[in-house]
This record gives sequence, structure tokens and C-alpha cells, in this order.
Amino acid sequence: MELPALAPLWLSLQLAAAATAVLLVVGTPLAWWLARTRSPIRPVIEAVTALPLVLPPTVLGFYLLLLMSPRSWLGGLWVEITDTTLTFSFTGLLVASVVYSLPFMVQPLQAAFESLGRGPLEAAAALRASPIDAFLTVAAPLSLRGFLTAAVLTFAHTIGEFGVVLMVGGNIPGRTRVISIAIYEHVETLRYAEAHTLAAVLMLFAFAVLVFVYVFNRRLSVRVV
Amino acid sequence: MSSDLVATGIDAAGAVAVARSPRPSPRRVSAGPVAPPASGGLLEIDVRVEFEAFGLQVEQAIPAAGVTAVFGPSGSGKTTLLRSLLGFEARSRGRVALDGDLWLDSGRGIRIPPHRRPVGCTFQDGRLFPHLDVGGNLGYADRRSTPAPVAAAPITRDDVVDALDLAPLLDRRPDTLSGGERQRAALGRALLSRPRLLLLDEPLSALDRQRKEEILPYLLALHPRFGIPTLYVSHAVDEVALLADRILVLAEGRVQAFGGTVEVLEHLDLTSLTERFQAAAVLEAGVEAHDGEYRLTWLDLDGQRLSVPRIEHLAVGESARLLVRSRDVSLATERPSPTSIRNVLSGVLVALDQDESTAFAEATVDLGSHRLRARITRASAVELGLAVGLPVFALLKSVSLDTRAGR
Repeated sequence: MELPALAPLWLSLQLAAAATAVLLVVGTPLAWWLARTRSPIRPVIEAVTALPLVLPPTVLGFYLLLLMSPRSWLGGLWVEITDTTLTFSFTGLLVASVVYSLPFMVQPLQAAFESLGRGPLEAAAALRASPIDAFLTVAAPLSLRGFLTAAVLTFAHTIGEFGVVLMVGGNIPGRTRVISIAIYEHVETLRYAEAHTLAAVLMLFAFAVLVFVYVFNRRLSVRVV
Repeated sequence: MSSDLVATGIDAAGAVAVARSPRPSPRRVSAGPVAPPASGGLLEIDVRVEFEAFGLQVEQAIPAAGVTAVFGPSGSGKTTLLRSLLGFEARSRGRVALDGDLWLDSGRGIRIPPHRRPVGCTFQDGRLFPHLDVGGNLGYADRRSTPAPVAAAPITRDDVVDALDLAPLLDRRPDTLSGGERQRAALGRALLSRPRLLLLDEPLSALDRQRKEEILPYLLALHPRFGIPTLYVSHAVDEVALLADRILVLAEGRVQAFGGTVEVLEHLDLTSLTERFQAAAVLEAGVEAHDGEYRLTWLDLDGQRLSVPRIEHLAVGESARLLVRSRDVSLATERPSPTSIRNVLSGVLVALDQDESTAFAEATVDLGSHRLRARITRASAVELGLAVGLPVFALLKSVSLDTRAGR
């Protein structure tokens, strides 16, 4: 089959990689805070973080669309700064994906950080490690499995998203037409062969990733704890 | 353990423990407030920690020298005190200072974070980093520490590896170590943080008897070799008697006593603080002679003679510390006819505490400058006609334990 047909797959991979990278940076401190804080607002923040799990993607997409539209404060600001609109753009998709996949990054990380307990960090502090030092040299290496799980879940979840993308990004070939939307459109237009190809590629990809994760996880479990 | 034990009496499971005391006798520190030695500093503690069900309130200045045991039953606040000193107890209020350097002064809003306090510690469960091997754990401490101004010579990694025999363990991961090896590695790591104060939280409590015997020699050698002032938290009388120069006794979050080890253990009503079978007295006796034929050491205790299995590392004239558990002492009103019990001491009964809720009574016998405790049944107290002021003979079912024989 000709190359352009695979363009949605390529776009999805780019989007998922970017969303995972952004969420690693944003989600790690958030998960760390949630795992360690005794603040009374913690349940509120946890609820907000988990909201994308329970909201229908169309609802989330609808609000994101309103927020990113050039007439809203955020969308307007974006237009002023970059001279492009957030809606129906790759950047807009990325913002939406980050919001949508947030719980898939934060929850495994939070669980991993919580399971550390206070022991290793106190041991590090007693050896003169500052909090950041202790996080990087003790907490993070001991939470490798959590990071792996979180990254894979986030990546896979972003690849599979549909409703939010459709609301926020639409279906612009090469810009916002990701693989799930391409498959949907192929089916709608009765082009089953193309739908089959993309679906099979996605399935094989998902299977390979999961096998990798389980193999890696087993190795890790032998070496760490 | 069994090879270090020589039973001359009956009960091989634990009567008299012979401790070393390599420092020349007398090495008394008077009971009550202890004046700081000229060379060392002072750890000033005035800490309050309020919990819902429990409050810790400790106000005590402790010489920052030698080994100070923090002793008390489970739940007495030992670990909370330790965590306050380390800076892990966010609810602690009051004042903590080492040699005048403030670590905590809640009144002035001073709270030095844990990683800036020059204190090293070991935890009950070791807490080695599981993702690093033993060498990596040592290196972690080594890289982050600054040479302690107190130590005359800086502690080197080689010193620590040598003192704790860590060389064969350096490439091992913590999860492949035995409990004793883990504690040794944790001790090494704490030393390499080059602390001005070392806090050891029940380093032996998670170990079985055999492992304890393995670790004790290292603990005993630690302070003489590195000279780091140490707080040793424990609820075991025998460990404290062996290791500590002075004792801070905690119960229900309050200081019950503070002073030299021998005095505190002699005068304290240990039965109320420890489990009954732990009640014990500490005696200090001079080495009079060694007997090659029967492999015994003769000790002089206030003019009376005692024999214990030979203590190889003590020379004549040095003093040995003995721990005598009250359950291993029997009483008689006449000098007993020959028995297999070798050690019979004469004294005067000075107290007899009957516990009406049990079959037992605890008798205190004055030997001159030492006191012994004996746990006897109330029935035998009546049969013997025991009364305060009566001369009695104390029979020590002596089983001796030379804690350094393994080295």
C-alpha cells in the first residue's frame, strides 16, 4: 500500500511520544506531591487528576474545544503569542492528549512512590542527600517499574484516543488525522482494506509493546527489590 | 553461639553474661547529671512531641562522648526521640543542639532539615538501598559526607571496610545478605557519612541470637576505633550493659533515669520497665587470675570470689562487667553444701517485693557495693523465712558468655 496511508500512524506515534514526554515532566512532580503530601486539598487534586478517566471523551473534548478556541482567554492568548490557533492543530492535539492521559501517567507513578515508603528517603536524608538528590538517586531508580508502566500506559492510551481528538483536532490529513480517526473514516467510507491494514498494524504494535513491557518488568523485578 | 557458651551450671539459655571492660577500672560515672568530659561536647535535648495517644517529653543534656544507651520498653518513645534528633519528626517542638550548634529551636523557628544535620544512623531494618550493591551503598554515603571536625583523623572507606569486614560483601546486593551482614553494611554506611553523632536504632533487635553474637564484637569495637559519640537505642538489658557507658532510661515518653550504666542498672527498678525475665543487675568485678587447667577466670567482687569461663581478652587487674539476670539467681539462708553451682555470694537481704498476682517475689541482696536481684517464688520466700535484714547466700547459676570470643 502507498505511503500516505500510513501517515495517520506516523502522526499518532509522534503525538503519543510527545504527550508521554510532556507528561513525564509534568506528571512526575504531581505524582510525587500526591504521594507525599498531607495537605487537605490532596483529595481534590486527586479527583481532578482522575476526572479524564470517568468523563466521556466528548465531554472533555467539548470543554477543551471551548478553552482552546480563539475566543477564550487561553486560545486568544495562544493566537496572540504564536499567531496560530490551538484548535485543529497538532499543538492543540498535544494539549488535549496531555489532559486526557494525565491519570495514566500520574496514578502508576503515585502508586510506585507510595509503595517506596519513607524508609529509603529517610536513609538518603540521613546520608546528607538533599530532597532532590534523594529523589533522583534513590526514589526514581527504585520506581523504575512505575515509570515504565506509566509511560507505556500513557503512550498506548494516547495512540488509542478518539473522541477528544475528533472534538479538538478534527480530521485534517497530515495534521490532526491520527490513526484511530483514519480507521473510523475508512470504515465509514467502506474502505475496509485500508481499515484492515491500519488496524492490524496497530494491533501488532500494541502486542509488541506489551510483550516488551512484561519481559522488561520481569527482569526488573529480579534486580530491584 | 553455643561454642562461646560454657555452662558450669544448669541453664544454658542465658544467665550470667560476662562482658568486657577493656578500659581500666574504676570507670564509674556518677549517677544523675553527668558532667561532660573536657574533650567532648554536649548533646542538649529538650524535646516535646505530642501525639494523640502519646506524648514524648525529654529534657536531658548528654555528653557527646562514648556510648549512651537510650533504654526502655517498646512504646516508651525511644524511636520517637531518635527521629526527633534526626529531624524526621515534624511535630517535635523544643530545642536540640550538638556542641552548641542548633538543630532545632522551635521557639525561634529553627529547624535544620535532616540532610544538613551531621548525624549518622542505622535503622532497625537496615534500610540499605536495594538498587545498589554494598559498595554502592558505602559510596553513596562517602560521596556526600564532609570530614567531621571532631575526628582527629578522617574516616576512610578502607578503615570502615576493614573494621566491619565488608570486603567480601562489596559486590553483593542487599537482598542477598543475611540480617547480620545487612546491619554491618548499614553500620559501615552510617560511619562513612562521617557523622558527629551516631544513632543506632536497635541494630540487633531484628536478629536471632546467633546473628547477634556475630554483630556484637563489631559494635563493641566501633567506638574505640572511630570515637564517634553514639546513642544506642535498645530495649535489651544485656546489650545495654555490654555496650553503654551511660544510660538514659525512658518510660512512657519521660526520662526515668540517667547516669552511668552500672549505677542505673543497679538502682533502677527494672522489673517495671522491662519484661520480668529481663530484670537483671550489673556487677563490675576485677580479674584476679586465669586458670589454665579448668579454663576459668577468677574474679574479685568486693572481696568475694567468682569464677567464670575464661575471659581471654582481659588481663589480670582489668575489670569485667557481669550481667546477672534475676531469674538465674537462687537464694539460700545457709551456705549450701557442695553443688554444681560454683558461684555463691553472701550478702544481706535488703528488699523483698512480692507480686501478689503471680507466684513470684523479687529479692534484692546487698553484696557491699553491688546489689543482686533474685527472682524466687513467694512460697519459697515464706519457707525460707526471708525477711529484710537477713543474711543470705545468692547462688548464681552461672553461664558465662564472652562476647568477644568469636573474634
